Amino acid sequence: MWRRTFRATLRAGLGPGATGAVAGAPGARVGSCRFAGSDSEKAAGPSPGGRVSAELIEHLERLALVDFRNREGVARLQAAIEFAGQLRAVDTDGVEPMESVLEDRCLYLRADEVVEGSCAEDLLQNSQQTVEEYFVAPLGNITLPKQSEQHPVLKS
Amino acid sequence: MAAPILRCARPGRCWSLDYRPRRSRALFAEPVPGRVRGQSSAAAQEPRPGAHEWAAVVGLEIHAQISSNSKLFSGSQVTFLAPPNSLVSFFDASLPGTLPVLNRRCVEAAVMTGLALNCTVNKKSLFDRKHYFYADLPAGYQITQQRLPIAVNGSLTYSLGVGAQWSPSATKTVRIKQIQLEQDSGKSLHDDTRSQTLIDLNRAEGQLRVDANVSVHHPGEPLGVRTEVKNLNSIRFLAKAIDYEIQRQIEELQNGGKILNETRAFDEKLGCTVSMRDKEGKQDYRFMPEPNLPPLILYDAESLPVAADPQQVVNIDWIRERLPELPSVTRGRLVEQYGILPEHSFVLLNEDGLLEFFQTVMKETRAEPKKVIGWILTIFLGYLKQRNLAVSESPLSPSSLAELLNLLDSKVISLPAAKQVFEELWQNQGKTPGQIIREKKLELLQNQEELEEICQAVLAKHPQQVMAVKNGNQKVVNKLIGIVRRATGGRADPGRIKQILEKQLQ
Repeated sequence: MWRRTFRATLRAGLGPGATGAVAGAPGARVGSCRFAGSDSEKAAGPSPGGRVSAELIEHLERLALVDFRNREGVARLQAAIEFAGQLRAVDTDGVEPMESVLEDRCLYLRADEVVEGSCAEDLLQNSQQTVEEYFVAPLGNITLPKQSEQHPVLKS
Repeated sequence: MAAPILRCARPGRCWSLDYRPRRSRALFAEPVPGRVRGQSSAAAQEPRPGAHEWAAVVGLEIHAQISSNSKLFSGSQVTFLAPPNSLVSFFDASLPGTLPVLNRRCVEAAVMTGLALNCTVNKKSLFDRKHYFYADLPAGYQITQQRLPIAVNGSLTYSLGVGAQWSPSATKTVRIKQIQLEQDSGKSLHDDTRSQTLIDLNRAEGQLRVDANVSVHHPGEPLGVRTEVKNLNSIRFLAKAIDYEIQRQIEELQNGGKILNETRAFDEKLGCTVSMRDKEGKQDYRFMPEPNLPPLILYDAESLPVAADPQQVVNIDWIRERLPELPSVTRGRLVEQYGILPEHSFVLLNEDGLLEFFQTVMKETRAEPKKVIGWILTIFLGYLKQRNLAVSESPLSPSSLAELLNLLDSKVISLPAAKQVFEELWQNQGKTPGQIIREKKLELLQNQEELEEICQAVLAKHPQQVMAVKNGNQKVVNKLIGIVRRATGGRADPGRIKQILEKQLQ
C-alpha cells in the first residue's frame, strides 16, 4: 500500500523529502499522521535509521494479529516506516490537521426506525460452528506463542 | 452488537448517589476536597502514628444504554429477550462491505444528556476506532469518540446521605469530563465444560455498567498510580469496591509496596478486588479516526443553515427548549409548593410513579401535605417494599388513599382505625374506605355521653388503679387510657379519653 502511494506522488512530481502540497492540488493540506494518545508511537519505535526491534515486532504482531514471518517481511515494515517518516520533514506549524478526507461531507443521520435484523439463519451459516443459534468461539483470547518459539529466524 | 451507549467522564469522588448516574467515562482529575483516613468499614487498620493523611481520587466510567428503537450504527432493533442473534444485521455481524450509519435519536440523546449535565456541547465531534480482539467484537474494533467527544466539561451536584438519614445541607459537585457516543459489544456466554464461548451479537448485557478508577496520594504530592476496577453492576458493589481498593492501595503503599497500573475485578462474595492482569501487558488500542464517518456537526439557532433538511440537522437550542424539568428543579419546586422536607423530595423522585401518586392524592384530599407525605413515604411505600411491588402495581389507588385521609382529617376515624382500613383496602381492592369503615364499625365514637359511660365503667372495674392515680401516680392514667381504648375497640380518640378520665378522676 505504501509503495503504491509513493509511486503516485512521484508521478505527480513530488519527490521524497520535498516539502509543499501533495500532488500539486491547490489548497490541499499535508495531513499529519500523528495521533495524540496513540500508544504505539510511544512504545519502542524504531530509532531513525535504526532497526525495528524484535520486541516491537512481537508487540505489533500481538496487536494486529499480522504475521511478519521472515526477514523480508520485517524489512518491508522497516521501509514503510522510513517512508512515512518523511512526513516529519514537512513543516506543519499552524496548519490544522485533517482528520478525515470526508471532512466536507455531511454525516448522514438515520431515523430511529427498525429496518434490519431477522437474518440469524443467513449469518449463522457463515460460522464454522454454532450451538443453538449462538456463534461458537474459543474461551477467552488465546495468547500468541512467544516470539522465540515462533520466529527462530528473528532471534538477534 | 452495536447497541448504542453513552459514555461520560466523571472525575472526582463518588459516594452512594440517590439517583442513577448517567454514562460517564472516568478520567483522572484533581483530588476532591475531603480526606480519607487510613481506616474503613472493612478491615480497619489504624494509620501508624505520624503517618501522613491520604487523599483518594476516584473517577467513574459509566456506560448507559440509550433509550432508542434501533442501534447506534444500524437499523437493528434494540430490545431484551430476543432469541440469540435474531436482531443482528449484516453490519452488526461485521460482514465486509457494510458501513455504519448514525442514528439521529442517539445524537439527540447525547446532546440532551450533555445539556442536563451542564456540559459544553461540541458542535463538531469525531468518531474513532478503538482496536482490541475479543469474540464478541467481530469487527476487531469498537467505534467510539476518543479525540473529540460530543460533550465536555459538565458538572453534577448531589446531596450526601448518611445511612438512612439525608442531610441535604451536604451538597457536593462532581465534574463530568466528557460524554461520548460509542458502540457496545455483543454478549459472551462462557461454557467452561466444553471450553467454548457462545456469542450473541444482539446486545451486551445490562443497561448500566460502571468502571471505577482509583488512586491514592498524600495531599500536596503528585497523584498516585491508578487502577481500574471493571464492570460493577450495582451502586452497592461500586461503593464497596472503591472503599476496598482505596484501603488496599493505602496498605500496600504504607508497607513499602507499589501500585501497578492494572485492571482489577471485584469479587462480590469476598468483597475484595482481584487483579485481572493480562499476560500480554498493557492494552494498546491503536486509536485511529473512523474513516467511514465524517465529523458530526451540530447546530444552534444561530448557525442553523437556512435551507436545511430538518431530518439531517440536530439543533442544540431546539433540544434545550425541550429538556424535561430536571430532578433538582423538581425537588426544589416540591419543597416550595408543599412545604415538605428536601429528603422527602428525594424519595418521591427516586421511586418510579411515586411523585405522580403523591400529587394525585394531594389533588383529592384536604389533608396537610406533611401528613400525606408521612402516609406515602412510611406506610404506602413500606407496604410496596415489603411485597416487592412497584408503585404501578399498587392495589391501592391514589383516590382511595385520598378518601381515607379525608376521613381521618375530619376525625371520622382515629389513626389506628385508619391504618386498619388501609390494610383492608390493600387486601380488598373492590371496596371504598367508607364501605370498610361502615362494615367494620370503625367510626370514632363521637358521642360524649357514651364515652363518659365507658370511662366510668372502666374506672369502676379498676379501683386499685384509681387509688394509685389519686395518690399521685400519673403513669397509671396511660394504662387506664389503654384499657378504655380497648373497651371502645380502638374507636375513641386517645386525647378525648384522657380528658374525660382526668375529669372523672378528680
